[in-house]
Amino acid sequence: MEYILEGIRQAVRLIFSLDREIFSIVLLSLKISTISIFLSSLAGVPVGFIIGTNEFRGKKLLVTIFNTLMAFPTVVVGLLVYSFISRQGPLGPLGLLFTPQAMVIGQFILATPIIVALTISATQGIDPRVKLTAMTLGASPLRTATTILSEARFALMAAVIAGFGRVIAEVGCAMMVGGNIRGYTRTMTTAIALETSKGEFGFGLSLGLILLAVAFSVNILLHWLQLRES
Amino acid sequence: MKPKRCLGLALVALFVLSSFSFALAEERLKLSTTTSTENSGLLYVLLPPFEKMFNIKVDVIPVGTGKALKLAENGDVDVTMVHARSLEDKFVDEDYGVNRRDVMYNDFVIIGPESDPAGIKGAKTAAEAFKLISQNKATFISRGDRSGTHVKELNIWEKAGIKPSGTWYLEAGKGMGDVLIMANEKMAYTTTDRGTYLAFIGGKKIELPVLFEGDPFLFNPYGIIAVNPAKHPHVNYIKAMALIGWITSPEGQKIIKDFGKGKFGQPLFVPVAVSNP
Repeated sequence: MEYILEGIRQAVRLIFSLDREIFSIVLLSLKISTISIFLSSLAGVPVGFIIGTNEFRGKKLLVTIFNTLMAFPTVVVGLLVYSFISRQGPLGPLGLLFTPQAMVIGQFILATPIIVALTISATQGIDPRVKLTAMTLGASPLRTATTILSEARFALMAAVIAGFGRVIAEVGCAMMVGGNIRGYTRTMTTAIALETSKGEFGFGLSLGLILLAVAFSVNILLHWLQLRES
Repeated sequence: MKPKRCLGLALVALFVLSSFSFALAEERLKLSTTTSTENSGLLYVLLPPFEKMFNIKVDVIPVGTGKALKLAENGDVDVTMVHARSLEDKFVDEDYGVNRRDVMYNDFVIIGPESDPAGIKGAKTAAEAFKLISQNKATFISRGDRSGTHVKELNIWEKAGIKPSGTWYLEAGKGMGDVLIMANEKMAYTTTDRGTYLAFIGGKKIELPVLFEGDPFLFNPYGIIAVNPAKHPHVNYIKAMALIGWITSPEGQKIIKDFGKGKFGQPLFVPVAVSNP
């Protein structure tokens, strides 16, 4: 009980003292997760859109596959990425293991299925008349697509937020392919794992609180962007 | 597109672009090492002077000795500092590593609950202590992760002629710190290197006392080895050797000698690369 209170006190202290190490850890977490989510959205939204708005053989299977991939264990993704980018793996010569870039690759694989699956349900939920109307009004396929996506923008935003939540909070993959290197690949979650293993529960807990605060701020920001649009 | 939305998108884009700044090239040296050296905090004082001197960043990857050597074997790191002499010799014999140097030593101790239910306090050797633990089926936590400490523990069981198994023998599969905390929570016995133990007992993170120590078999030497550039041409061999040079230099050895004196009242490691640093 004592270290829970101590953790909260320490968290407050650390946030307001602008501790350099904490600051760089938080910034690195944000950087890696933002890049991953940016790339995941770039890939995931179009794929989800195509699957969601078209009828074809094997669609149900494909949707099931993406839904399953949402539950991909983070350590398994870590292991897969690891075996590909280790010096012994096919991508070994790139020297990516234990770099932030490796963590981005891992998080991309974690987040993309979520964004694809949620984009599928978002675009499927759109009234089919939107598509028909746009097309009869002579909209180009691209224009039709943006119209549908714009109709579904709130659900798409939710997809991106869900993906972000997954990657900012995951530890298995980040630990395995990042290596938890101080000042280089140490993110909030891997730092928490390390501090816990060192018996520094208070410090770990305060990092956890900061993580929540960061996630909260990101959601507030996105919510604010949504509000400004509507 | 509405101007406001443009602004939002521009903000996001700016953040993403600025994020790529970490891709900037900076010379880095990768060192795989054991959780015991990392958890003790030694590297935080030992490495910065070297980094400054050579204008390089040392990336420390703390894992168990087995994995640290595996990473070196695969060429995923440039240099490795571990503590399991039998594995290190095999590593060098198989040409994965070159220029192994002795760095320092401490020793392993057996800790357990104050009441000492297995009565190991009076044991003459570590093997005898382990026999008593197994005869009494006293809870024992094994690292179970192929780390240097785990290898040493297995060697002791072997010496005692026991194949440990049963509900009293728990294989944690975790780092030294985790296992110390686990042993403390479960009031169990475990083996630990003295460095990590002192760091934990000094920080009041655990309460278990040392119940057995002093057997020469519990000697715990640390070695540093460069990855063989003939096997892995991409490794930063020159800087790996520079690091080995620094750690085994009189200055580096002095840092090791003094480390922990202030915080724990005694040094955590004894340097051995030079006489009288």
